[in-house]
Amino acid sequence: MSLNLPSYPQPDGRGRYGRFGGRYVPETLIPALDELEQAYGAAKQDPEFLNELDRLFKEFVGRPSPLYLAQRLTDHAGGAKIYLKREDFNYTGAHKINNCLAQALLAKRMGKQRVIAETGAGQHGVASATAAALLGLDCIVYMGAEDIRRQVMNVFRMKLLGAEVREVTSGTSTLKDATNEAIRDWVTNVRDTFYILGSVVGPHPYPAMVRDFQSVIGEEVKVQLQALEGRSAPDAIVACVGGGSNAIGIFAPYAYLPEDQRPRLIGTEAAGEGVESGKHAASVAGGRIGVLHGSMMYLLNDDEGQIVPPHSISAGLDYPGIGPEHCHYSQTGVAEYVPVTDAQALEALQLLTRLEGIIPALESAHAVYHAVKLARELGPDGIIVVNLSGRGDKDVAEVMRLLEMERDEGLLDKDPERVIEGVLA
Amino acid sequence: MTATLTRGAERIHAAFDRAKAAGRAAFIPFMTAGYPTAEAFPAVADALLEHADLLEVGIPYSDPLGDGPTIQRASEQALAGGTSTRRTLALVKELRARHDTPIVIMTYVNPIYAVGPREFMRLAADAGVDGLILPDLPPDQDIEIADLAAEYGLAVTFLIAPTSTPERVKLVAQACTGFLYAVSVTGVTGAREGAALGEVPAMLALAREHAQVPVAVGFGVKDAATARQVAQVADGVVVGSAFINAIREWRDVGALAVEIARGCQR
Repeated sequence: MSLNLPSYPQPDGRGRYGRFGGRYVPETLIPALDELEQAYGAAKQDPEFLNELDRLFKEFVGRPSPLYLAQRLTDHAGGAKIYLKREDFNYTGAHKINNCLAQALLAKRMGKQRVIAETGAGQHGVASATAAALLGLDCIVYMGAEDIRRQVMNVFRMKLLGAEVREVTSGTSTLKDATNEAIRDWVTNVRDTFYILGSVVGPHPYPAMVRDFQSVIGEEVKVQLQALEGRSAPDAIVACVGGGSNAIGIFAPYAYLPEDQRPRLIGTEAAGEGVESGKHAASVAGGRIGVLHGSMMYLLNDDEGQIVPPHSISAGLDYPGIGPEHCHYSQTGVAEYVPVTDAQALEALQLLTRLEGIIPALESAHAVYHAVKLARELGPDGIIVVNLSGRGDKDVAEVMRLLEMERDEGLLDKDPERVIEGVLA
Repeated sequence: MTATLTRGAERIHAAFDRAKAAGRAAFIPFMTAGYPTAEAFPAVADALLEHADLLEVGIPYSDPLGDGPTIQRASEQALAGGTSTRRTLALVKELRARHDTPIVIMTYVNPIYAVGPREFMRLAADAGVDGLILPDLPPDQDIEIADLAAEYGLAVTFLIAPTSTPERVKLVAQACTGFLYAVSVTGVTGAREGAALGEVPAMLALAREHAQVPVAVGFGVKDAATARQVAQVADGVVVGSAFINAIREWRDVGALAVEIARGCQR
């Protein structure tokens, strides 16, 4: 057995990370959450479960994902070495598959034949449908009508994989509403249904469980960096945060180290058209403490508690809250959260594509942008690891639309040198 | 009953007692504040209050994950019309000037946190609210809310469901100071085809072992017939989506209230 699921000091016995987290759900679900907590606790200790997950990670997902020194990006940034943790190499194209396979395996172990999931950009939906197909489970995916329109190919993939995609037209017809609908389904069918939650959000034990499953990312970095650089911790780690699952997966293995051994942990939030514009998805920078989808967290909501629809160029970051553990990291200074705008992400996407031949997901491009800025700040002795959470295939149509728009405005004349000047300006 | 009852709890218990003395279960209609419009809401509430033992008023909320499509759509419409937390409490204050019937507020917790728990309780008490129903707050999540409510004279109601274990039933029942709300089905709010009373009697028997307060049943009660079934086993009958459907279909809400109130007779 080579896979171990980590044990971290957080959350506390009540599922809280400081004041964040908890279980703010209808009473109907509390027994199911207790059952899940118990089943997960047992699975975590069971060699049979861990061996099977380890096998799937290696043989089905393609783990470990490479840790790649982005030399041309490093040269252009003119500072610290930039390594990319290539979660875009994973089967189905993003880190999402780690968590989906693990939860689907748990569902099967618990004897639940029916799994449900919510999805925004479609990555979690595709990963859930894939895991369900592999393990022979019935799968229903809730997706906002607006996202269905924007992600036609992912919808088709899910259907091809045998999942039923249910269109959600309530509220803003996006991810938060798809999540509401998935929770309603779960409340109704809780006795025979497993809810595969896609990020480190939701009621306890989901944020902890998803973090543990995604921690394989950070654990691999420790080993890989040791081999490449003779040290297990870089100076800084940068990852994008919507709900925050890829970020927690690379942060958590470092977050509980003593302060002097801990790298700087930096989450890039989707600042959309700018935090001050009101059109963003930056829950730490532009939100306030509230409760959504079962958990207390930083949340975009108005002064009477109504949820404010988020905005981001990236459907995957388009969520009004951020996982409770990130909220706690932010409040205690374990990690920093910085806003990166739509325009900056688009710029970084082009930069990485031109310099390294890697088309990142728009989500990951937010992290790339900040890493380039940070590299200069840290200087040539520094090492940065960027979690490249997913590949950009799903976004190319949207990027094409946006760049054609830019060309019309005379903005698309950026060779790498000029792009980098823009990035560093 | 506990020794130190709040003003709201006393009024709520008295309403249940009056109904019981009259040989019926308490009739507890629900209406989303500001539905169908902020202007039309008071007349709808008046029509319901004429026959209600208690009135449940919902604060319209953008993400009501415990509610079905009927109440969610009503919330969206009320929000679009400008009704939100403070406006809801102002509407209740208007009703209070005309009616003595106890009024309880149904709200998700986020509006309470956004306004600030203490400020929210102050505003609610000032509006004449008697109690709170908190569908996404299991009582062991946040003691502060219940304590603050008590400080401002408000009763609290938590929910149990068919999935609740005996331990949960005990915990929830003991935390309620207004009444205990038993959800009749595993699911969200909404009128349903066929009455699903199957698991309710056993759940209520268990609840009554621990509850010091009356026990009401809601979710899925849509007409006099379903109300009659529930009234045989519960102290109170909560009816929500059926009234919202009636408004949407331009039916007479008062007439439906009369019919369902009669159904609450034992």
